[in-house]
Amino acid sequence: MAFFLAQFLTGLANAAALFLVASGLSLIFGVTRIVNFAHGSFYMLGAFIGITLMDILPGHVGFWGAILLTGLAVGAIGALTEIVVLRPIYRAPELFQLVATFGVILVIQDLALMIWGAEDQLGPRAPGLRGVWRVFGEPVPKYDIVLIAITPFILFALWYLITKTRLGVLVRAATQDREMVGALGVNQAWLFTGVFALGSALAGLGGALQLPKGGADLLMDFNIIGEVFVVVVIGGMGSLPGAFIAAVLISVLNVFGVTYLPQSTLVLMYVVMAIVLIVRPYGILGREEVAGEHGQVGAPEQPIRPYGPKGIALVGALLFALALVPLFAEQFVMTLIVDMIVFALFAASLHFILGTGGLVSFGHAAFFGGGAYAAALLVYHTDTPMELAFVFAPLAAGVLALAIGWFCIRLTGVYFAMLTLAFSQLVWSLAFQWRGVTRGDDGLVNIWPAEWLNAPAPFYYFTLILGAGGIIFLRHAIHSPFGYALRAGRDSPRQAEATGIDVKRVQYAAFCLAGAMAGLAGGIFVFSKGSVFPTVLEIGESFDALIVVFLGGVKTLAGGVVGAGFMTVVEDWLTRLEYWRLLLGLVIIAVVILMPEGIVGTLRTLWRRIRNIDEETVK
Amino acid sequence: MLSVERIHSYYGKAHILSDLTFEVRRGEVVALLGRNGAGKSTTMKSVMQLVRPRKGGVIFQGRDLVGEPAFRVAKWGIGYVPEDRRIFTDLTVLENLEVGRQPARTDAPHWTTDQLFDIFPNLAERRANRGKHMSGGEQQMLTIARTLMGNPALLLLDEPSEGIAPVIVEQMVATILKLKDQGLTVMISEQNLHFARAVADRAIIIEGGEKKFDGSFKDLEAHPEIRDAYLSV
Repeated sequence: MAFFLAQFLTGLANAAALFLVASGLSLIFGVTRIVNFAHGSFYMLGAFIGITLMDILPGHVGFWGAILLTGLAVGAIGALTEIVVLRPIYRAPELFQLVATFGVILVIQDLALMIWGAEDQLGPRAPGLRGVWRVFGEPVPKYDIVLIAITPFILFALWYLITKTRLGVLVRAATQDREMVGALGVNQAWLFTGVFALGSALAGLGGALQLPKGGADLLMDFNIIGEVFVVVVIGGMGSLPGAFIAAVLISVLNVFGVTYLPQSTLVLMYVVMAIVLIVRPYGILGREEVAGEHGQVGAPEQPIRPYGPKGIALVGALLFALALVPLFAEQFVMTLIVDMIVFALFAASLHFILGTGGLVSFGHAAFFGGGAYAAALLVYHTDTPMELAFVFAPLAAGVLALAIGWFCIRLTGVYFAMLTLAFSQLVWSLAFQWRGVTRGDDGLVNIWPAEWLNAPAPFYYFTLILGAGGIIFLRHAIHSPFGYALRAGRDSPRQAEATGIDVKRVQYAAFCLAGAMAGLAGGIFVFSKGSVFPTVLEIGESFDALIVVFLGGVKTLAGGVVGAGFMTVVEDWLTRLEYWRLLLGLVIIAVVILMPEGIVGTLRTLWRRIRNIDEETVK
Repeated sequence: MLSVERIHSYYGKAHILSDLTFEVRRGEVVALLGRNGAGKSTTMKSVMQLVRPRKGGVIFQGRDLVGEPAFRVAKWGIGYVPEDRRIFTDLTVLENLEVGRQPARTDAPHWTTDQLFDIFPNLAERRANRGKHMSGGEQQMLTIARTLMGNPALLLLDEPSEGIAPVIVEQMVATILKLKDQGLTVMISEQNLHFARAVADRAIIIEGGEKKFDGSFKDLEAHPEIRDAYLSV
């Protein structure tokens, strides 16, 4: 019994930092509608800055003062980020901003590497709180008890700020209808900056506060973000008490998980989240998202038309040129193009549900990696011939999409996005922790193609035919009646239902199709590399695809493909440099700010301007 | 006080207002009349800069508003009450009023919550209730009160009588006349001619985004063909 209590107390103590970070994310999302991927980076900065300040400042006052100063410093960094990176792009299509926040992650990663070095740093102990106290005979670290004691005060302070102050009233009003808040005389720009700074400060505080229990390292940003998303989704987006309950739930669960089910620690919280969302689709204390209620219905969608003869000729010429490549090119060029096609197919499948279906998935890597793993597992464990194993890649990914979609499709907007992210993390943690089957992070190796394909040129053609075929198939689907129904469901779900379209079912089918196509890309990928590691299932992989789709242009058909080509080339070029993340991050941020319609969309607008085509006006 | 000069406004590619010009003088109540889709709400939004006119000027007390953000327009003294009310449903009545609160100004009447509760007694009873638990009429009162908290010199009321019980409409007439007595300048958009005639000094009629009539209600009565052509009676 005493042991249970001690375990429970450890969980409560861990919840403190998690709650701080999650409440910050929730606040920022509520007001600005920005899903801030970089929130984990602010948490990491909090840890590093905290260590540095604790080194400088001595004693009790120094320790706690350092934590507060860290919060202020990270808040200032957050404000700066908001002003420089996000403010220019608030008018861009919804969710476009998350690409910019991904650029911020990369920049902060490299800046942290430059300033603090690659080594993990151990957090300093809190002065006067080094030992343990005995609780019913069980040792509990003193610092844990202190954390448990101050968490209610943090919750109270935030609750007071949000419910009792003018800032809090404005924040809640803006969460509901920010345009109206502006029409009543409130400068939204500063409200957004303030909220962003506050949210970042909370993440920084969380990072500094956990130091005596952990430390600082360069992987903290991605390691916490999955957990934070889970907490925010379980608690309900925008609900502080919800975030608190969920943070406690997850932290306590993790502590018990480590003791009793050490093989399943990573999976556990995602399972809990799935259960909560089945019972309460908008989290414990969340409320339903209503599209367009925030006074920011975007510009009407441009109709997408099939390519005319010129477009088809251009695509034909491109394919013809690609078919000629093996006749003269070096092997590394072919490898690069294979990478590009695989990524383009993966991105096109995401673009299909995101652009055409209006469903933003944050976890599309589950299907790419799922397909890759399905084929690799068959080859590795049962020596299945490559041809058969390869067919299983899209099949398995499709079945996986069938299962994940069953949970996710009933949700919309950011809840859908978060739930797909969580499921992809679930799949990732299976691959990572189920070592008996997947060999964990040692990966599955020696997965080579069949004899007749096992040379650069044949595999190149194999990739070109399947990749281009897959992309063309997706484009045909967009222009089929099925695609029309999907677009109708995106633009006006109620109207679509009133005309007899079962919107959810159409979306479910599209989700499965997109999953299968991502699996196809994964299948090609695994045989082109000869191996597969859990990294293909990571959040980063899903984000890569998202970035590519947004960079290319969500509202254009070629967006995903062009974005994938652009990113593969830029990455291939930049990764040779030492601080390539910094440069890549800056490139992404620059593209986002300079080309808010994406590469293809902006080029199209420019082209129209050059040719001076006057926008026809309808009276 | 306000002069709208040859503005053209669009929604995307749809041309909503074309070459619209009118004036509102200090202390008067002007009714903007027209059918559904005539461009009344767009006119209001174009003054407020929630829709940005592509051409023309909106001059308010000597300043051109075109291109300014809406919050600055509000700070300069224009209060906007949207047609769909847009109260903050998760906030209480008092909190809704707090969002609208702005410092006092010299050229306009100053409002406190107590004064507003005198004018809208229903709101006083429900001050701690959340917006979503209120009736349509109460929400309409709240949205007007919320805008008055900004101490505007010019009040834009977009279809205040829409979807409201006749009894409440009567109250609304009395309220608007009371606001006029306090020295407020008001522009209301309306489809309801009776309501407009009861509160307004002057009528402007638009149709298809163009001005068709500008004059007193007496003039309007002298030309029943205008009324028949542009207003549904």
